[in-house]
Amino acid sequence: MHLALFLIFGVVCVAGAVNLLIQTHPIQSALSLIVVMASLAVEYLLLGAEFVAAVQVIVYAGAIMVLFVFVIMLLNAGEEEHSQGSHIALLLGLPSLMLVGVLLTWSVMHQSTASVSIGSLYGDPKTIGKLLFSQYLLPFEITSLLILIAIMGAVVLASKPEVTPVGPDSSLASGKEN
Amino acid sequence: MVPLSDYLILSAILFACGIIGFLMKRNIITIFMSIELMLNGVNLSFVAFASQWHALSGQIFVFFVMVVAAAESAVGLAIIIAVYRTRDTLNVDRVDLLKL
Repeated sequence: MHLALFLIFGVVCVAGAVNLLIQTHPIQSALSLIVVMASLAVEYLLLGAEFVAAVQVIVYAGAIMVLFVFVIMLLNAGEEEHSQGSHIALLLGLPSLMLVGVLLTWSVMHQSTASVSIGSLYGDPKTIGKLLFSQYLLPFEITSLLILIAIMGAVVLASKPEVTPVGPDSSLASGKEN
Repeated sequence: MVPLSDYLILSAILFACGIIGFLMKRNIITIFMSIELMLNGVNLSFVAFASQWHALSGQIFVFFVMVVAAAESAVGLAIIIAVYRTRDTLNVDRVDLLKL
């Protein structure tokens, strides 16, 4: 049962990730990324990480992706243009890709890891919260400082630049930015 | 019972898809989404290892990664808006000068 759920949602996850690469329009890539995140939340639930699964849905699939979709709509992002590939990248990339592939398959073949028993580690919000406010209190507080800095940085970066009195062109350019 | 290696393979596939998107995509927003995909792949391996070693600190680390990713995406999307204002394009091939 667990293996079946893992396989189903793993396939959905990989399909969403591949679809992100195939699609040329950013909004379709964003929607497939939401599929990836939702199926990853199920994988977290299978591992017993309840709190992480909830945060994955609320923060990642909720807040971050809404921000992405909002920016895509705001900038009216259209179809992607293709660039010409470089020959050096092809020449260097293909052998290194094969090398990495051989290394990866070798390491997957020659491993002996135990199975993860489902739900053996129960990460419910109560336990995580107790740990966060006792053992990991300092990192938690530093994170709040980081978020405060990020808010200020985002506001400063996204706010409209002040119109510098250079000439008639600058005021015309700032008027177009709306 | 799911082998730990299956979780790690899934995580590696997600991370590889993120790298491919980061290198091949030309739209700056899609590149940014590829970075989020890579972070998700790393998070999955964190949770899988936390289950393997019976250590809840792995899940707490995932929580911190998510918080930092949220802050990063807020700042990054603000930078994207600023780039679009000055260049009128989202194609990274056309954003090749530090100064206009």
